[in-house]
Amino acid sequence: MFELIGIPPQALFGQLLLGLINGAFYSMLSLGLAVIFGLLNVINFTHGAQYMMGAFVAWMLLNWLGIPYWGALLLAPIIVAAFGMVLERLLLRRLYHLDHLYGLLLTFGLALIVEGLFRKAFGSSGLPYENPIPGGQRLPFMFLPNYRAWVVVASLIVCLGTWYMIERTKLGSYLRAATEKPELVQAFGINVPRMITLTYGFGVGLAALAGVMAAPIYNVNPTMGSNLIIVVFAVVVIGGMGSIMGSIVTGFTLGLIEGLTKVFYPEASSTVIFIIMAIVLMIKPAGLFGTPK
Amino acid sequence: MQIKTLFATTAIVLAAGAAQAQVSDGVIKLGVLNDQSGLYADVSGPGGTWAARKAVADSGIEKRGFKVEVVFGDHQNKPDIGSNIARQWYDVDKVDAIVDVPTSSVALAINQITKEKNKVFIGSGPATSDLTGPACSPNTAHWTYDTWALANGTGKAIVQTGGKSWYFVTADYAFGHALERDTGNVVKANGGTVVGAVRHPFPGTDFSSFLLQAQASKAQIVAFANAGGDTINSIKQAAEFGIVEGGQKLAGMLMFITDVHSLGLKTAQGLNFTTAWYWDANDNNRAFAKEFAAANGGKMPTMVHAGIYSGVIHYLKAVEALKSDADGVKVVDKMKEMPSDDKLFGKGTLRKDGRHVHDMYLVEVKKPGESKYAWDYLTVKKTIPAAEAFRPMAEGNCPLVK
Repeated sequence: MFELIGIPPQALFGQLLLGLINGAFYSMLSLGLAVIFGLLNVINFTHGAQYMMGAFVAWMLLNWLGIPYWGALLLAPIIVAAFGMVLERLLLRRLYHLDHLYGLLLTFGLALIVEGLFRKAFGSSGLPYENPIPGGQRLPFMFLPNYRAWVVVASLIVCLGTWYMIERTKLGSYLRAATEKPELVQAFGINVPRMITLTYGFGVGLAALAGVMAAPIYNVNPTMGSNLIIVVFAVVVIGGMGSIMGSIVTGFTLGLIEGLTKVFYPEASSTVIFIIMAIVLMIKPAGLFGTPK
Repeated sequence: MQIKTLFATTAIVLAAGAAQAQVSDGVIKLGVLNDQSGLYADVSGPGGTWAARKAVADSGIEKRGFKVEVVFGDHQNKPDIGSNIARQWYDVDKVDAIVDVPTSSVALAINQITKEKNKVFIGSGPATSDLTGPACSPNTAHWTYDTWALANGTGKAIVQTGGKSWYFVTADYAFGHALERDTGNVVKANGGTVVGAVRHPFPGTDFSSFLLQAQASKAQIVAFANAGGDTINSIKQAAEFGIVEGGQKLAGMLMFITDVHSLGLKTAQGLNFTTAWYWDANDNNRAFAKEFAAANGGKMPTMVHAGIYSGVIHYLKAVEALKSDADGVKVVDKMKEMPSDDKLFGKGTLRKDGRHVHDMYLVEVKKPGESKYAWDYLTVKKTIPAAEAFRPMAEGNCPLVK
């Protein structure tokens, strides 16, 4: 039938779908970053480590306590979020009044420590995690593993749910107000520090959830987060720091673009996102969906 | 100006003094340079340092009046970082030999620097057969395995059992290219064909795109010319995308026991690959492995660890025979002159092109039911005798062989 620049349509559709699946991970991770940055003004560099912790906690739940994937999907984010909230209470809180740079350095350092501890305990080559829904559908243009289909659907629900909660509900409006004028919101009788802790926990929980979802696909290993986090930061920058919808849309779009690059020029697939980032920063420094502050 | 001259003179006097002593600076200093924290850290990493120290202890050389020191460095799989460490070691820290260096791109850089400085490089981790081919050096011993040996072992076995058409998923750097090239040659020489290849960025995470391309190629064999975490992710995701159920077979061209551990037997079962050493092959290996595991968090040693041990033992023998470690070419020449013999690799020889020649093994990953105890993962299917295991010297285009 028709061919697009030498690529048969089947291959193209297949690659687009795969791009969408990777985009789902980018979206979920960048969403957490955007929530934390938008509401707390902290550039959370531990995000990658928290994603990795999500995957490891899922592994521990399965192998030490016999709790399967579906239980881990709920429990692991809660456990990792609790860890995040402790960090926020003990360390991050002290940096809110300082420049972004301090938060960035602190979280970056924490990420290295966490990664190092996991490497010491579990080694660098990783651990196996069974696919909970093996098999797949034979579509006309590709074989779609059931698990990947589930990941796309689940991440879309989580992303849109988060967007709705922050942009369209009362709780979300409190949150947004609390970041703009904390004193005023506190005056209305709302416990702002607790709200901020919970928000950080929520962002971390999103990272851990992405980690649990990644465990059956990728090798569960201590560096899995740092491999991904740089790309995710590029996604956040392109989408506009702190923009919730921006990070969701950009995450999926960049997944698609990366997928296409893997067909046309695979060698460049790890750089294409950064090329786009450079172009966006030149044309629209606040990002595609961001508003200049 | 005067001060400068004074310093220069002092340096010359000191250097001359050192050369007179038995070994330079009175100490044989070995630098273990590898990936201490990234995707190859389990393949060699801190365990490599342990193996080098163990070799020093077992050699007994210190009881005979020599002083040996082992230092280590993390090259992070980047040639520039590795080169900086090597220069610092050779120029400032008086390191006499660099050991290990997985990641072929880094190893090729170290190969060059070692030659410039006339030191010694014993490569256990690197795979590229170019180290004993066009890039061969009188200062380098390539110890454990290379891409040609892997291709020859695994490639030949698969083509001979009917896997005629091949598609490569290749890591886009020196190692992947060399492995793809060497395996492609073996496939063609045995009557097979290579229908295509895709090169993925190193290190990668998601291989589904490349796997889909491999699937579309309809090749009988999908071969992974990558290593460590990349191979693990490739095989794991190949299972997910039903590549094996679709009738294609997988071949991991370079696999380590740690990769099998990480994949789990359920995913890895039935894979064939070539290795230089297996911990459960004999009593000597088992004893070494037991000690290694105790010191390294329960992990079993890979062939790279064993190779470091074997290489260091032989290096120390040569230095002891020469009573000097000052001239790198002389030490390596001595290593070539003496046959190697140690408890892990047995007898072997170091060829003129720097290739250490020993038996290799074709192994198969066990089924989950066949594995009786922890790390009981492999069955040795065939021993490839030393004479056949490595590329004949004449075919390597090594300038040292004329």
